[in-house]
Amino acid sequence: MENNLNNMTPNQKSLSHISAFHRLMDEKDIALVYCGEFSQELNKTLLAFTERKFKAENLEDNTRRRIFNIMVELLQNISKNKVEIPEGTPEIDPIFMLGTQKDDYLLMSSNMISNEKIAPLKSRLDQVNALDKEGLKQLYKDARLSSTFNETSGAGIGLIDIARKAESKLEYNFEELDDKYSLFSLLIRISK
Amino acid sequence: MEIINIAATEDTPKIVLDHQQGIFEISGRSLPEDVVVFYAPVMQWLDDLVKNPISNLELAIKLEYFNTASSKLILDILLKLEEIFLNGTPLKIKWFYNSSDSDMKEAGEEYSEIVSLPLEITEYQS
Repeated sequence: MENNLNNMTPNQKSLSHISAFHRLMDEKDIALVYCGEFSQELNKTLLAFTERKFKAENLEDNTRRRIFNIMVELLQNISKNKVEIPEGTPEIDPIFMLGTQKDDYLLMSSNMISNEKIAPLKSRLDQVNALDKEGLKQLYKDARLSSTFNETSGAGIGLIDIARKAESKLEYNFEELDDKYSLFSLLIRISK
Repeated sequence: MEIINIAATEDTPKIVLDHQQGIFEISGRSLPEDVVVFYAPVMQWLDDLVKNPISNLELAIKLEYFNTASSKLILDILLKLEEIFLNGTPLKIKWFYNSSDSDMKEAGEEYSEIVSLPLEITEYQS
C-alpha cells in the first residue's frame, strides 16, 4: 500500500489514512482517542463518554471507579500543565487514549514538557515504581500533608494516586524534541 | 454565620453549611480543576466557625469521586475542624462510602489516621 501512495489522488490518500487508522484502532482495541486542546470542559465530556461506555459494559464497580479516577488525574495533568511554546517551535498537541489489551485496560497520555521538568518527574516516577502498596500509602499521606497548592497542581500527588489505584507500575518515556522540550508519555495498566 | 448552599454539578459537589437548619454536608463529585477557587467560600466559613464555634456540629461527607487536589482540600477542612475540636467544641464527621466502594472506605480510614477528630465511617447501599 505504501508504494501506491504516490500514485494516489489527495482524496484517495485521505481515505487510505482513515482506513489505516481504523485498522490500527480496531487491532489495538482503542476505545477512545483525543488529540488536541485540553480543558476542563473537554475532560468532562471524555469522562462522561467513558462512564457511559463502562456502565453499558457492566464493568465491575471498583474497576470502573479506579479507571475513572486515574483518567481524571491524567486529563487534569494535561489541562493544568500546559506549556507555553514560543512561536517557531513546532508544537505537538497532547493526546489521551483509552484501550484494552488482553487482561488489562490501558490509559495513555502524552504531552510536551520542558526539559528541566524531566529530572524531578523521573525521580518521582522511579520513587513511586519502587514502592509497594504500604509504601505508596505512606508516601501519599506524607505528600498530601506537606504539599502546598502549587505542588498539588503538579504531577506529584496525582502520580502516587494513579499508582495506588492502578496497582501496577507506571510505564513512561521521555522523547527529546529539541534542547528545550520533550514528549512525556505515560502508560497505565489496570487489570480487568 | 453565613449560610452556604451550593448545588452539585458534574464536577463539583453539593455543599450545604446551614447552622439554622443544622445541616452540614459535602456530597457528590469533587473534581474541579481549580479546587482553591471552588472551596474558597467553605474555607472562609470555617475561619468564621473557628471564631464562632457551633457545638455538636455533624459534618456529613458523602463523595462518589474526588481528585487528588480535592483530597488535599478535604484534609484542610478536617484540620480546621480538628482545631475547633481541640479547642473544646464537640463535633463529629460522618464519612459515607458506597458498600461497593472499598477505595472510598479506605480514604476515610486514612483521614481518620491523620486527624484527631471523631470520624465515623458509615456504609450505605447504592
